[in-house]
Amino acid sequence: MTTDKVLMKGNEAFAEAAIRGGARMYFGYPITPQSEVPEYMSRELPKHGGYFVQAESELGAINMAYGAGAAGGTVFISSSSPGIALMQEGMSFLCSAEVPLLAMNVSRGGPGIGGIQPGQADYYQVTRGGGNGDYRIPVFAPSSIQEAVDLLYEGTELAQQWRNPIMILADGMIGQMMEPVRLPEFKPVPKPNEIAGIRDWACTGYNDRGGDHNRRVVKSLRMKPEDLEAHVEKLFEKYARAEKELCRYETENLKGAEVVLVAFGTTARICREACEVLAEQGIKAGLIRPISLWPFPNKAFDEIDFGATKAVVSVELSMGQMITDVKLALNGRLPAFLAHRTGGMVPTSLEVAARAKAVLEGLK
Amino acid sequence: MSTYKMFFAGSGGQGVLLMGQIITYAAMLEGKEATFLPSYGPEMRGGTANCTVVVSDKPVSSPLIYEADIAVVMNRPSMDKFEPMVKKGGFMFYNESIIDRKPARDDIKSVAVDLAARCAALGNDKVANMVMLGEVVRGTGVVQVETVFKVFEKVFSGRKAALIPLNKQAFLGE
Repeated sequence: MTTDKVLMKGNEAFAEAAIRGGARMYFGYPITPQSEVPEYMSRELPKHGGYFVQAESELGAINMAYGAGAAGGTVFISSSSPGIALMQEGMSFLCSAEVPLLAMNVSRGGPGIGGIQPGQADYYQVTRGGGNGDYRIPVFAPSSIQEAVDLLYEGTELAQQWRNPIMILADGMIGQMMEPVRLPEFKPVPKPNEIAGIRDWACTGYNDRGGDHNRRVVKSLRMKPEDLEAHVEKLFEKYARAEKELCRYETENLKGAEVVLVAFGTTARICREACEVLAEQGIKAGLIRPISLWPFPNKAFDEIDFGATKAVVSVELSMGQMITDVKLALNGRLPAFLAHRTGGMVPTSLEVAARAKAVLEGLK
Repeated sequence: MSTYKMFFAGSGGQGVLLMGQIITYAAMLEGKEATFLPSYGPEMRGGTANCTVVVSDKPVSSPLIYEADIAVVMNRPSMDKFEPMVKKGGFMFYNESIIDRKPARDDIKSVAVDLAARCAALGNDKVANMVMLGEVVRGTGVVQVETVFKVFEKVFSGRKAALIPLNKQAFLGE
């Protein structure tokens, strides 16, 4: 049940996918390279009975999302690296209070205010968390506009199902580019007076609850350490289930591969071409593409052809962050090397192939 | 056809992004895979503007390219930058009205287009990019002329529909 293909800019397709997925509240503040998302939302969301608020800052936006989510709203927010950094306190609070949220980071080069060209140096920020305390956020990294649309469409439900923020990590390249995309059908959206029944934890007020006057409490503060410990243990039972159920990845040509490239997002597409470049030079190369960054797809690395593969190369638009998880997943079975550009620079497939070849030659 | 990799480059306002978008749109209508990647950032404000388009029968791996089958250059800095990136035997279409040098390479097919004269004949200097696009499409066959006209119907809708005949005329070089 999909429409014909349309040609859309990444950022506009992301916003449309969130609306079609049921998001009816958006809070944000413009920042390149994702400003088309709030622009699109400001124009289109009210047409679907939704609410767009340009917050005074990203701090304002995340806390509006916290409040609206606690009240049972289906909320989507987006920003880019430094803006997402400002939201980290809120992310920790939402996780603690188990408030659903679909969030998107169209990331750029850092650190600091950085630049506006594509980057992947927010890997630690999104997989380790920049906020305080014990919490986890499932993170998905699409490598095409279509995949981003599908993940966002599903993400509104995942956030409700897991009662946790769900993060979609894209980069400036996929936000700014255009590709043909098939948009999914609009999901049915609950009426405001139906939310109390569907989201039986949400602070909707008593009016729509048919005489049920039990208090619903959404909170992050737990003063008694016994209570807090029990709460965090409960959260981590949920995260343990998420590690099993939300792990996603793709592998290509692992059988007989001399070298395996690991990359996420648009970098994975460059690596796919790098594998072709290497094949032309007589070197068999495979690819592991993590789609979920947390949970990291450790089991993808068990599919490596350990009889043939001599090295694994983590290809990143950072100084090397995912490589930490690659090494943990390999657990000493193979050496891991880094191929990277940073600061908004993006390697060509030739550069990646040359690095992989140099790694293999260095092992001889 | 397997894959066409293209650069469109010029200065902000010359319509290079629209050229790339129209090719991408036409490729989609023909059932092909396509990506359009614009340069973005401060360089858009009157400086250089360029975009990368990949059209293919199979899913496009990298939207970022380091060599092109076709380069379309609208000014001198763009020719200086992109001429070396054209594959041997590939095409370079250049705006000879304002580019004050000849192509340096003889191993590519260079096509000079006098956009100023062509626009003067049409009586409208705003359709230079459509004149160039026509040369590219008719010269390479990357997409079909009729498909581009279908794209015109979508791009020039409402009040802009009145502009279609002029754009078709510019495109066909009549």
